[in-house]
Amino acid sequence: MAKPITIVEPPKGAFSLNLQEVWAYRDLLLLMAWRDISARFRQSVIGYGWAILRPLMTAAIFTLVFSYILKTKTEVPYPIFAFAGLMPWLYFSSTLAGVTTSIVGGAALMTKVYFPRLVLPLAKVAVGLVELGLQFLVLAGLMVLYQYAPGWQIVMLPVFVAITVVTALAFGIWLTALNVKYRDVGMAVPFLIQTWMYLCPIVYPMQMVPERFRGIYALNPMVGVIEGFRWSLLGTEAPDWTMVGISLVVMLVVLLSGLVYFRRVETTFADII
Amino acid sequence: MATAIKIESLSKRYRLGLTHAGSVRELANRALGRLLGRSKPFADPAAIAEADRVEDGHFWALRDVNFTINEGEVLGIIGKNGAGKSTLLKLLSRITYPTAGRVEMHGRVASLLEVGTGFHPELTGRENVYLNGTILGMTRKEVTRQLDAIVDFAGIEKFLDTPVKRYSSGMTVRLGFAVAAHLDPEILIVDEVLAVGDVEFQNRCLGKMQSVAESGKTVLFVSHNLASIRTLTSRTVVLSKGQLLFDGPTAEGVAKYVSENVVRSEHVGSLENVPRAAGSLDRQLEFVELDVESDDEGCIPSDGTFSLRMRLRAKESLEPFRVGMTVFSEDKTAVGSTFSGTLDPPNADDERVFELRSRFRLGPGRYHCAITIFNARSGGRLCHDSLDDVLPFDVSLESITERTGRGDWSPSWGFLELDALESVDN
Repeated sequence: MAKPITIVEPPKGAFSLNLQEVWAYRDLLLLMAWRDISARFRQSVIGYGWAILRPLMTAAIFTLVFSYILKTKTEVPYPIFAFAGLMPWLYFSSTLAGVTTSIVGGAALMTKVYFPRLVLPLAKVAVGLVELGLQFLVLAGLMVLYQYAPGWQIVMLPVFVAITVVTALAFGIWLTALNVKYRDVGMAVPFLIQTWMYLCPIVYPMQMVPERFRGIYALNPMVGVIEGFRWSLLGTEAPDWTMVGISLVVMLVVLLSGLVYFRRVETTFADII
Repeated sequence: MATAIKIESLSKRYRLGLTHAGSVRELANRALGRLLGRSKPFADPAAIAEADRVEDGHFWALRDVNFTINEGEVLGIIGKNGAGKSTLLKLLSRITYPTAGRVEMHGRVASLLEVGTGFHPELTGRENVYLNGTILGMTRKEVTRQLDAIVDFAGIEKFLDTPVKRYSSGMTVRLGFAVAAHLDPEILIVDEVLAVGDVEFQNRCLGKMQSVAESGKTVLFVSHNLASIRTLTSRTVVLSKGQLLFDGPTAEGVAKYVSENVVRSEHVGSLENVPRAAGSLDRQLEFVELDVESDDEGCIPSDGTFSLRMRLRAKESLEPFRVGMTVFSEDKTAVGSTFSGTLDPPNADDERVFELRSRFRLGPGRYHCAITIFNARSGGRLCHDSLDDVLPFDVSLESITERTGRGDWSPSWGFLELDALESVDN
């Protein structure tokens, strides 16, 4: 068998995504994701119950505030409306936060051993999926409670889950690479997430957004995702496909530019972290 | 013989100071400092010595290093702190990228800059073995195959399913090394991992390294521990100020490294600016000059007389003082110590030369000393000044031959020649 040859050279301008290398390190990726999943709720009594309790309690508070007090009108009972919107959002926000801190958080590892740096943000993307899966079970329970059956649209659900995952990754890759050099990013992200939530149709239905603002509104890629989630799960009004299209284009632009930027600066991570 | 690693004009430059604009406070501080004309009163002597490495706010951590390592060779890398060892290791491990130059490595590389990289305290020993193994480049299958051997080597069978946070630090290190020891690479790069754990474990690690070396693998070994460098390697590279100072047989390399570290008074006109290692020195009384009486080759007289001349300067009028001195062998093992009686210091703002004499009969080789002056009444607690790595001297083989009647002195006999064995007549 020919011996592998490793070449160490100054970084060149030429750009390559080199995704084969990430593939070669897939075992590491899986184990890192599994490490976070597995260590997450150790030494806690409720354990993974927290993954269910938190969105349930949030949905309950939203129901109290926005349905009972503010009388928000929705097509479906408010608790399942809120919960179905919260699921992609909670995944997105926790994953975005996780991915943003992934490189700086992995500093100890990065300064000691070589691996494709993209493994760190990618592993974080997988972490939240377990919680998302558990939340689907809770939603199923709620739907039984409110006697709501999903329609054929449910087959589209995996597509929207995939879009959520990629959107979180796209923004996260930008932020985590920037965070290495400018720690301000890490400070700003929690605030960004909080603001972002109100720019998504989570507590209120999309129909409440004035028609003329919807074009700009759809630039937020999470809008299409959340509407799509509700549509496929609850059979609410179908999302405006042009808006979903806009969301997708925005997401792809962010993802590709993020990957390019990440690859460009990753050679300096260990030096400036 | 095939080349395993080829390093060609490898250089790494770092930017000095902040990596970017930095915080607002930092900017304000700098502007304010400039405004008030605040500058460092004395230039740091270490910085002066490093002046040739600094260039327009950039620092050459490594500059134009060339060497090749053949397959199956075990190479030691030594050098002072800041000589560029870690940078070289990081470049070889692909953690950071060179500014210029090129490295070519033939074969599977495993680099061990730390033991137990990526261990998660909440996970069990077993889980961490998998994690650490894949981080170091194994696949899960390979870890599974080696799991029993790893656990056995670490000796933690009973604790395999206990979270690592409950482990003693020794157990954690053992487990980390056990994983690394079973990597089975063609090229192994090791940083001072042996500096941890108890003696028994250190020996086990050394044994493992030895067997790796004997199995025809290429090993790069960085350490401060000259004894283990000597045991394990036959060829050594000495780095100094980011450059290659020496490349050749280990014995010569170690000697070169040690002699480079010893301050010779003739090289530093005055000792005042030599950095002190010890922390709390009042420097009310300080060394200005130090000299040892020796012949042209640096050897002390064959009867073992050690004559030392030191010029001291007092800043104030002081109480009587004493001198303490420790002699070190080439590999920094302390050989012995000696103390002077009570001496009267020079007057305030004055200097005086003191001549002191001792006698030590040492085996042939190169030695150096650490010397301290302290207030005689404080019992050694109030130190005026202290210098390490000074007063180098050699003991020639001839002087030993004269006394022992043998033509050699084996290193295994130790450093000290004891009083002659005399027959006792009853």
